[in-house]
Amino acid sequence: MAIIENPLELESGDVVRVAERPLGVLTRPSGNTGWQSWLFTVDHKRIGIMYGAFAMFFFLIGGLEALAIRLQLAVPNGKILSPETYNQVFTMHGVTMIFLVIMPLAAAFANYLLPLQLGARDVAFPRMNALSLWVFLAGGIFLCSSLFIGGWFENVPNGGWFNYAPNSGTLFSPTKGIDFYAIGLQILGIASLVSAINLIVTTLNMRAEGMSLMRMPVLSWMLLVVQFLLLFALPVITVALFLLMFDRLWGANFFNVEMGADPLLWQHLFWIFGHPEVYILILPSFGIISEVIPVFSRKPIFGYSFMVGSGIAIGFLGWGVWAHHMFVSGIGPISVAAFSVSTMMIAVPTGVKILNWVATMWGGRIQLTTAMLFAVGVVSMFTIGGLSGVTHAASAADTQQTDTYYIVAHFHYVIFGGALLGIFSGFYFWWPKMFGYKLNETWGKWNFWLQIVGFNLTFGPMHILGLQGMSRRIDSYDPGYGFELWNMVSSIGSFVIFAGVFIFLINVFVSKRQAEHLPPVGPDPWDARSLEWMTASPTPEHNFDTEIVIDSLDHFWHQKYGYDDDGNVVRIAYAEDVAHDGSATNVHLPSPSYWPIVLASGFPFVGYGLIYNYWLCAIGGFLIVGAIFGWVFEHPDDPDAAHGHHDDHGDDDGHDGHEVDEGTTENAEADLVTADSATDAGEASDG
Amino acid sequence: MAEAVLDHADAHDAHDAHEGHVHKTNTGMSNNKLAMWVFLGSECLLFGGLISTYLLYRHNIQDGPGPSEEFFDIPFTSASSFVLLMSSLTMVLAHSAAERGDQKRLKIWLLSTALLGSVFVSGQIYEFTVFVREGLGWSTSPFSSAFYALTGFHGVHVTIGIIMLLSTFISTLRGRMHPGNAETVEIVGLYWHFVDIVWVFIFTVIYLAA
Ligand SMILES: [Cu+2]
Repeated sequence: MAIIENPLELESGDVVRVAERPLGVLTRPSGNTGWQSWLFTVDHKRIGIMYGAFAMFFFLIGGLEALAIRLQLAVPNGKILSPETYNQVFTMHGVTMIFLVIMPLAAAFANYLLPLQLGARDVAFPRMNALSLWVFLAGGIFLCSSLFIGGWFENVPNGGWFNYAPNSGTLFSPTKGIDFYAIGLQILGIASLVSAINLIVTTLNMRAEGMSLMRMPVLSWMLLVVQFLLLFALPVITVALFLLMFDRLWGANFFNVEMGADPLLWQHLFWIFGHPEVYILILPSFGIISEVIPVFSRKPIFGYSFMVGSGIAIGFLGWGVWAHHMFVSGIGPISVAAFSVSTMMIAVPTGVKILNWVATMWGGRIQLTTAMLFAVGVVSMFTIGGLSGVTHAASAADTQQTDTYYIVAHFHYVIFGGALLGIFSGFYFWWPKMFGYKLNETWGKWNFWLQIVGFNLTFGPMHILGLQGMSRRIDSYDPGYGFELWNMVSSIGSFVIFAGVFIFLINVFVSKRQAEHLPPVGPDPWDARSLEWMTASPTPEHNFDTEIVIDSLDHFWHQKYGYDDDGNVVRIAYAEDVAHDGSATNVHLPSPSYWPIVLASGFPFVGYGLIYNYWLCAIGGFLIVGAIFGWVFEHPDDPDAAHGHHDDHGDDDGHDGHEVDEGTTENAEADLVTADSATDAGEASDG
Repeated sequence: MAEAVLDHADAHDAHDAHEGHVHKTNTGMSNNKLAMWVFLGSECLLFGGLISTYLLYRHNIQDGPGPSEEFFDIPFTSASSFVLLMSSLTMVLAHSAAERGDQKRLKIWLLSTALLGSVFVSGQIYEFTVFVREGLGWSTSPFSSAFYALTGFHGVHVTIGIIMLLSTFISTLRGRMHPGNAETVEIVGLYWHFVDIVWVFIFTVIYLAA
């Protein structure tokens, strides 16, 4: 099919008016190189990479906070942090790791991989995608700026990541810290909500031909479930945060116990969000290792439909268990019993997943690459975390465990041992796809072993400390309770983790240097199964050279392998032969835009304004409204840059002007002339 | 606030006929419309949270006025609710005019919808001032905070809807709206109907249950 531009179709000879930049004030960003190409990009891959880079920056901040905590607790009566600072540090550690590290790292993979795995050109709304990224960064900077605004460690959130009422009120928390928390999380919530809508629409609407839902890779499925969880969980915490903000800034009475308000309102709203949030953190990682394990076991995923189904089941059940965080808050025996049972039920689909991963590996030709090691790490560490989770589900046991280090141990096994190790597995697995070179395996193994040993040293002893009765969130402990040994072990372990992460960062640079002397990795360095490996590495800006038609689950693998007469698997083609080489030119892509970053920059102004001076809100509001105005009047595609068109770019803002068929490259070239002259004609007649 | 890019519906139709190719999506629904549906799903939980909060604090009135028939002006609020419900009707008419390509009626109905919405919001502001004068301040009690938060959030949603309606109206003036873009009107309509339906719930929970 040739490239056809709409105006060409007009046989009536009518004038086509293309409403184009009616303001005529600002031109679009056009740079394809340098900093501009990142700042104003709408390319889902660049956005994904930036999500990852910013998240790793916040990871270092959150990690330093963790080290400060462990230094303080290494010996009895630690003197490194004051009690007040200690509260701030553990609060910021939790908030940073959850909202600024794990969630955006998952978003990094979602942005980069989802369109590729679905065989799409980009997400449904590329500019909104850029908006999510910049709003996330704006929220992160806003939250972290609390560390120094108004004085060093003066106005830092200090109520724990779940920030219980009434401690969060102005009476008990008179500094601006909780305001930063309430407003910062709202800004981050906007970013996640926009991104969730975008990725849901992308998944439901933009899949390549033949890519039915049940042919989507497990990662795509898990990411879809996560976006739905975000979609429904975020508004609940948004309500909670608004109410808190109203209380603190304008004297409302939602959590004011003097007025007879119910502090449990916060707990319910928070945990209705908070428990699905746990799955928001863990499911992307489940998805990642469901891609990694089959590739390095040389077997398809065991029980694909059960993998998908159990992911959906976890997503559903996750809504009915929130009160297991509130067993000791006095919600009554019937509620406790009900939530106890529902929480145990959720172990069933999780168990299905674990058994399926094991069954995938069973009898496979396992290659213990670093990516695979991290994936196996997730399966084993998450199993430990899951089992200690079942012990919380038993409410009688939980009553003893609540607010002890046993809980801290549990959720670190889930979030670090589950989510973060899975993300590292993803780093090693997709690094060649994203950057065109493999990470060094020797350094990688050091990274893995240091991280897994350090992790178990740090968090394993916390089970014992918790069962011995050590409370969480205490800034120091007296000698003589038997806490000394395991706290010291834990603190040593945290530095081992730090060494492991440090080696990862070294590995990135070492491998890049080494890659200059190595042959290019090619499209498919791991002999993998899903569509992202069917194009060049690093992924060209236009993803695929032509549209792909999918005819099975693991379509790409079936292009490479077939069966002989005896039913044995035989290679029928090399990846290089079936993969696209990325050489297509003249593919029209969504154009970059100034407005997402301008719009995002307004939010911190509004935030500071609410806390300090309403005039700043005016500036923020001006930026936001102005950017929306510019956004709406900006053509989603820049006709000036129109050199051939395709039909897979995002359908931003109802745009349906450039509706064209994807053609083969040669045809595209041949038809370019007509397409371009048609565009010019359209513009010339623009009233 | 979608923009109509091509100014000629026939171009689109001719294109479809000629190529047998539409902007195909897997669901058959356009990205914009699907995005609005998905967004409204999220909004349900937002109002769900606010309504639950109100229900929790309904009887916690401290020394201030409470949700009673004497305190609320039920006839007044019923009238303004009726106005809002009528705006759903004019919204439907606007959409059908857009589908028929009836520019004149489209403009009329869009503007009437926005006007009816504004009447509702004005009524709400008036009602608030009366309540404040009668002693129901924002900080009076958990009930008062919850009442103003819930109705206020809804009022903000109506206001955003009015802005969307007026933006669409201005696009029609500028000749950017055509039958091929009836969907823009439909999407604004989805939002508008949603906000109306939410009001039915709020009205029931706050005023009828009083
Ligand atoms: Cu939970």
